[in-house]
Amino acid sequence: MPLRDNGSPDLILDTRLSLETPEGATLPLAPAGVGVRIMAFMIDFLIKSAAIAIIYTVLAILGSMGVGIALILAFLLEWFYPVYFEVWHQGRTPGKKNAHIRVVNDDGTPVTFGASLLRNLLRVVDFLPVMYVTGVIASVMNSRFKRLGDLVAGTLVIYDAEPQPMPDFEITGTQPVPADFSTDEQRALLAFAERSKRLSPERQSELAAILMPVLNTKEPVIAIKQMANTMVGRQ
Amino acid sequence: MKQGQFETLHQLTWAKCENLLTVLETKKGRVADTDLADFAPLYRKLCHFHALAKERQYSSYLVDKLGDLVVRGHQQLYRRKQPLLQQFLGFVVTDFPRLVRREQRYFWLATALLYLPALLLFFAVLWQPDLVYTMMAPDQVDSFEGMYNPTNRTLGSARESGTNWQMFGFYISNNISVAFRTFATGLVWGVGSIFFLVFNGLIFGAVAGHLTNVQFTETFFTFVIGHGSFELTAIVIAGAAGLKLGYHLLNPGNRSRIDALKQAGTVAIRLVYGVIIMLVIAAFIEAFWSSNNILLPWQKYLVGTVLWLVVIAYLTLSGRRGHES
Repeated sequence: MPLRDNGSPDLILDTRLSLETPEGATLPLAPAGVGVRIMAFMIDFLIKSAAIAIIYTVLAILGSMGVGIALILAFLLEWFYPVYFEVWHQGRTPGKKNAHIRVVNDDGTPVTFGASLLRNLLRVVDFLPVMYVTGVIASVMNSRFKRLGDLVAGTLVIYDAEPQPMPDFEITGTQPVPADFSTDEQRALLAFAERSKRLSPERQSELAAILMPVLNTKEPVIAIKQMANTMVGRQ
Repeated sequence: MKQGQFETLHQLTWAKCENLLTVLETKKGRVADTDLADFAPLYRKLCHFHALAKERQYSSYLVDKLGDLVVRGHQQLYRRKQPLLQQFLGFVVTDFPRLVRREQRYFWLATALLYLPALLLFFAVLWQPDLVYTMMAPDQVDSFEGMYNPTNRTLGSARESGTNWQMFGFYISNNISVAFRTFATGLVWGVGSIFFLVFNGLIFGAVAGHLTNVQFTETFFTFVIGHGSFELTAIVIAGAAGLKLGYHLLNPGNRSRIDALKQAGTVAIRLVYGVIIMLVIAAFIEAFWSSNNILLPWQKYLVGTVLWLVVIAYLTLSGRRGHES
């Protein structure tokens, strides 16, 4: 199957999507996949269960009136717990906050009350027949990982971008970038330097060795990192 | 311009933006008016920086950092006013009845799906009393008999008020959950809504028929007439909202199915708001009025009839004046 290019060159293989805002800026959003959402759900489920257990134990002291209040509170917890947090806490239930994901409307704006209630009521259908099977199947069938409730309510679960530390290429000195490198090629060099921390030294040299014939150097790793220093304007 | 120069030149602006955003994102974030006035231009600048950084192929670290700030700024700038409290009255007085009238195709269909099976089984059980056991197990029938047996009631004494509260909680959580399920399962091509409406209709018809056979009519009908107006109508509307979802999935017209569902969803969820309100009222009546044994049957029938007229008049007449949206 050919790769699909949705118009923007840096979005080919990624699940990222970019939304254009009225300001003409593009919002880079990363939809959250099934795994991380299950994690978030489990945390919320534990919190809810614990809260319900506490409510029943404490209010049982008050007799049948307490049971009545406990029933109402348990009902509210079951149906409105996610709605409350999504609408009034920046789209994040405690579980989602822990997993660094949040709910937004399809256009990237904060989720509204109606949309949040709708997506959470439709959990009933996503749950069918057991354990959210429908929801999981639905969310792996589309590129934005939407379960049925998200599809109908027009909502989206995205990653909160975590602040990244300023990359350090662990090398000093600069080196001019060969003039015949295209911008994409330059970008590849930069990306290599930024990713190098997560690669073993052996893998680094293995990757950098591909450029040996072009770079005319015995230490391609150092050369590339120094070029990266030049590109970001560091000394 | 080199990335390093670009960063040193504009770092202050970004930091200012980030600080402002951090404050706005807290629960009761308040910023000075002048800062607030600066926010929109600052956000536009940020968009500009982000676009520049991308266009100039600066390192992805910088592009991502600016992109993250843009997303956060966008979340704050386009934060919608939550119209919950402000629009509540307007919704109750005019919008909800108008909406029900506009979607009356689904309303009447759901009404038929609930009441026709109920009537059918009511008369069937009157004709052949044993038919009640096709719907319910014998011990269920016994428990219904126990509930409405006049000899089980100590006349003139209402339940303890604590029990009323317990039942109020039970009616709230049980009935609204049933309504939510009736609505949500409508997404499955309408099948779920149809099932819940017909099933509840059949049960109601069977119970009513059976209790008529054993001549507990007075205790039963004086109990249900009070809250029935709100409760049954609310279940019908929940079913109607579910049917709307199912219908738009089956027949999206010239839109994609997803778009058809989204549009139906925004209308349907507003019907559900009304359903919640009606069921809270119904639970209140059911717990504190219907169960009251001090009142005489004619008083209950009278009030019950008035409540039915109130619900009908509300849904047919309220919000007629002024422009229908």
